[in-house]
Amino acid sequence: MKLITAIIKPFKLDDVKDALRGIGAVGMTVAEVSGFGRQGGHTETYRGTEYAISFVPKVRVELVVDDALVDAAVAAITSAASTGKIGDGKIWVSDVDRLVRIRTGEEGVDAL
Amino acid sequence: MRRSRALKYLFAGSAGIAVPAFIGTGTAFADEEGLAAAAAVQATLDNIWILIAAVLVIFMQAGFALVEAGLTRAKSVANIFMKNLMDFCVGALLFFAVGYAIAFGGDFTGAGKFIGGDGWFLAGDGVFTYGTLDKFVFFTFQVAFAATAATIVSGAMAERTKFKSYVMYSAVISAVIYPVVVRWQWGGGWLFQGGVNGTPFHDFAGSSIVHMTGGCAALMGAKILGPRIGKYDAAGKPRGIPGHNIPFAILGCFILLVGWFGFNPGSYLAADGAVGLIAVNTALAGAAGAVVAMALTWIKGGKPDVSMTGNGLLAGLVAVTAGCWAVDQLGAIVIGAVAGAIVIFAVSFFDRIRIDDPVGAISVHGVCGAFGTIAVGLFSTLDAEASGGVLKKGLFYGGGADQLIAQVVGVVSIAAFVLVTSGILFMAIKKTVGLRVSEHEELEGLDVHEHGAPGYTSEALVG
Repeated sequence: MKLITAIIKPFKLDDVKDALRGIGAVGMTVAEVSGFGRQGGHTETYRGTEYAISFVPKVRVELVVDDALVDAAVAAITSAASTGKIGDGKIWVSDVDRLVRIRTGEEGVDAL
Repeated sequence: MRRSRALKYLFAGSAGIAVPAFIGTGTAFADEEGLAAAAAVQATLDNIWILIAAVLVIFMQAGFALVEAGLTRAKSVANIFMKNLMDFCVGALLFFAVGYAIAFGGDFTGAGKFIGGDGWFLAGDGVFTYGTLDKFVFFTFQVAFAATAATIVSGAMAERTKFKSYVMYSAVISAVIYPVVVRWQWGGGWLFQGGVNGTPFHDFAGSSIVHMTGGCAALMGAKILGPRIGKYDAAGKPRGIPGHNIPFAILGCFILLVGWFGFNPGSYLAADGAVGLIAVNTALAGAAGAVVAMALTWIKGGKPDVSMTGNGLLAGLVAVTAGCWAVDQLGAIVIGAVAGAIVIFAVSFFDRIRIDDPVGAISVHGVCGAFGTIAVGLFSTLDAEASGGVLKKGLFYGGGADQLIAQVVGVVSIAAFVLVTSGILFMAIKKTVGLRVSEHEELEGLDVHEHGAPGYTSEALVG
């Protein structure tokens, strides 16, 4: 099992959700987050005065999938979240040691 | 406030019910009884209309609260609402106890030209009222205006003022400073009696008496407090500190716009067809102010700035408040448009000279209040005959400079009085109980430290 974490543009969330459902993902967790990458944020103007936005609003998508689904899931997110412009975000994949469904106590792939 | 009928009551000593002109010219009421019945109906209509107008002006408190809350940060949102709440509540009690007597009571000669002193607590025979209005109706309308003057300051001093110190300021402006200014003009005092050049000052609904008074106190408060931490970078360059809720701010502007239709047309102090003209002038000036402010921010910054456009609307409304009865529609549009431009430059000016006014109150109410009042001397279309002796035609309408001089004298006198008295007040508070919260409190936000709980809580975290 792998944990896939994706940081995407907020308005791409629906596309990413649909793409992941399309390849058979059964659940995900999302959060509104803020951050910066290589560009280091940007400036905005408020009442005629500039101010720095170091932390740009993003959405973080997390889902645990069976090993067999990882490549398809990463490809689905990459394709659905891409605009080709700066700030499209990142995806990283990490190992999951243990997974438990709280209601039944099932573990591992059965808990997915 | 229109004073032509007050003149009759104050100086001729007559009392009773004014008969509207349109009734006298017809033949419908040939007998005395019919005239008296018509006058009684008119008096009732006057009282109902002014009470409704007073309620509209009181509702402006909600507009101020939303504008100020929206343009400041979430960590002090409860504090700013609380200040607005107390501006009305503390102000109403004190204006009832002493403010109204200082503004309207006593005779109008000698010291009475500058300060009144009869009708404390609205009690006794010396309580002033206007025309056909019941004294309680007139008081309700006046107390709404007093609260408006007081509440203008809270936004300029937002996010860094001790609550108790703010309440002290609010009490003094409602009890003394604002009532004295009212005395000079609407209370029949020296400006109304001809100022220095024998021409009465004219401020129909309070561009200077209400708005500039609040704006001048805001200027002194913000100056003596100093800027918020983080407003200026290490090089001294101003930084934007975005407000936390632009929908609040713009909803507040809409509420103020609605309230202004009580503020200006209500200041006619009678149910009369003239309120239509005043309403149209009010709407046009506000609209022109917003459109010009939008255009200027668009040209200057590449995009139309939402909250500055809101300020432009308020700037136009503030500016036309003095002349809403005296000018024509072109005059109202020009006054509103110029105010919409002035406010943009004034906001950047105060930013540059390190006076941190998070909501633009000094620019909107102080600067545009002064401009709008002076503009009466340029754009007035009414001569002495048409205005019942309270006004001359403006410079642009062939009336010469008399009214313009009277307007400048009024603005300079009121501004000087308020700047000095509010400056002394804020310095006295600073030296005694202190004006500003600690650095730690300011950084964490005033809500928890001043009031015990944040304005916004997380349901998940508090269960």
